[in-house]
Amino acid sequence: MSNIPADLKYTKSHEWVRTLADGNVEVGITDHAQGALGDLVFVDVPEAGKTLKAGDAFAVVESVKAASDVYAPIAGAVLEGNPALGAQPELINSEPYGGGWIARMKPNGAPQGLLSAAEYQAHLAAEG
Amino acid sequence: MGRRTPLYDLHVELGARMVDFGGWDMPVNYGSQIEEHHAVRRQAGVFDVSHMCVIDARGPRARPFLSKLVANDVAKLKSSGKALYSCMLNEAGGVIDDLIIYFIDESFFRIVVNAGTRDKDLAWMREVAAPFGVELTERTDLAMLAVQGPQARATVAGLLPAEHRDAALALAVFQGRQLGDWFVARTGYTGEDGFEVMLPEGEAVAVWRKLNAQGVKSAGLGARDTLRLEAAMNLYGNDMDEGQNPLESGLAWTVSFEDPARDFIGRKALESLKAGGLKKKLVALVLDDRGVLRGHQKVVTPSGEGEITSGTFSPSMEKSIALARVPRDTGATVQVDIRGKLLNARVVKAPFVRNGQVLVS
Repeated sequence: MSNIPADLKYTKSHEWVRTLADGNVEVGITDHAQGALGDLVFVDVPEAGKTLKAGDAFAVVESVKAASDVYAPIAGAVLEGNPALGAQPELINSEPYGGGWIARMKPNGAPQGLLSAAEYQAHLAAEG
Repeated sequence: MGRRTPLYDLHVELGARMVDFGGWDMPVNYGSQIEEHHAVRRQAGVFDVSHMCVIDARGPRARPFLSKLVANDVAKLKSSGKALYSCMLNEAGGVIDDLIIYFIDESFFRIVVNAGTRDKDLAWMREVAAPFGVELTERTDLAMLAVQGPQARATVAGLLPAEHRDAALALAVFQGRQLGDWFVARTGYTGEDGFEVMLPEGEAVAVWRKLNAQGVKSAGLGARDTLRLEAAMNLYGNDMDEGQNPLESGLAWTVSFEDPARDFIGRKALESLKAGGLKKKLVALVLDDRGVLRGHQKVVTPSGEGEITSGTFSPSMEKSIALARVPRDTGATVQVDIRGKLLNARVVKAPFVRNGQVLVS
C-alpha cells in the first residue's frame, strides 16, 4: 500500500505539495507515482525564476522504463530545483516526501483544487 | 485480462508489478529492476519466458521447409542440439519475426518465436509448410524459464537428476538437449552465460522456488530489456519489423546468401536492395550528456535524420545507451533530439556489455 502523509496536499496527477513555515511550498511526486515509475535514473528539475501556471509541465522524471512529465500543482515562481537529484535521482524512490522533493516554489495566490490525503487515497482507489 | 503463464500466481505472490506484454500479463519487476539487472550480471536471475511460442516442426522434409522459411541457412545445423538464430522474412524482405531453431533430428526441429507475433507467425509458417508436408505443433504444454548469469548453469545443473548433470554442463554455447522431461539449451537474451529450460508446465512453479532458494533472483521484463540492450540484441517490433529488412537492422550476419541455389523467402528482394545500395544501418549509441535515450527520438547527422529504435539507461554503465537506425554513412558522432534539446551521442562498437564486462568507455 502506498504511503500518503496526512499533512500534505495532492493532485490527481500524483504530485504532492507541502506548505513551509515561510509560506513557500515544496513539491514532489507521490509514493504511488514513484512505485509506478520504478527505479528513477534521471530528473530534469526546473530552473529558479521560472514562472508557472498550475498544470504546466515543469519537470521530467525518467525511470529505466519511461519518461514522465511532472505538473506544477500550483501557480507560482520556482525558487529552486532540488540540486541533489542530479547525482541521486533515486532519492525520489527512497524518500519521495523527503530528500526526493523536486522544487520549491513561491505560490501566486492561494492554491486551487488540491486534494486532501483522504481525497487522494479515494482517487487512487478509483484509478484502480 | 491478458493471457497468463503457469507462473502467474507465483509472480503475484512474489510481489511482481504485472503489465501487459503482447497480450500476456507478465512481471515487469519484483521491486527493483536495477537490482534484478545487476543480479543477472553478477550472480544469476530467472525470467519467465513461457509466453514465447514453442513450435515443433516434424516431417521428413522439415529441413527443406526451414531452408525456404528463414534467411539464415539451416544447412549450418549439422549436429543434434545445435541452434540457429534467424529472421523469417516476407517476399519484400521485411522481417515477420526473429526466431531460434533447434535441430533435434532430420525429421524434428524445434522453433521458438516471439509472444506478440505468435498468431501471424503460425499462420505464415503453416502456409509455407503445407507443400512440404511438415506438421507444426504449438507446445502450449511447456513452460520456459531463462536462467541467466555467471552462476546460472551450475545452479540449473544442480536441480537436474544426477545422471543428466554432466550432459547439461557439457552443452556448448547455442546448443540444446533433451534431458529427461526438460529441454535445456545454452542460449539467452542477456549477454550472460546461462540456460533456457523448457519443461512441463506443472513443474515450473516448484523449479522457480528451488532456483530462488539457491540464490537465483526473480527477474522481470524490465531487467530483460536493459540486459538485452546492453548486449545489443535486437527486439522485434522495436529494432526491426515488417517494414524493415535485416540488412539495415544490424542483422546482415544472420542472412546467408552463400548457397546460390537456396531460394529463401525474401532473397530476391534483399538482393535487389543490395544492388541498389543500402541506405540505412543500425548503430549502437552512448549518450555522454545527462538524459535518457528512448525509442522514436530523432537522430540528427550531417547525412540526414535517423531514429532511435530502442533506448534506455544502462545500469551497468550508468549512462544512457541506444540502438538507432541512421543513414548508412553516419560517422562517429550524432545528435539526438530529446524534448527539443540536441544532445551529443557517440557511435560505438556493439555490444556494450558482455559476460559482466563493460566493453564501451
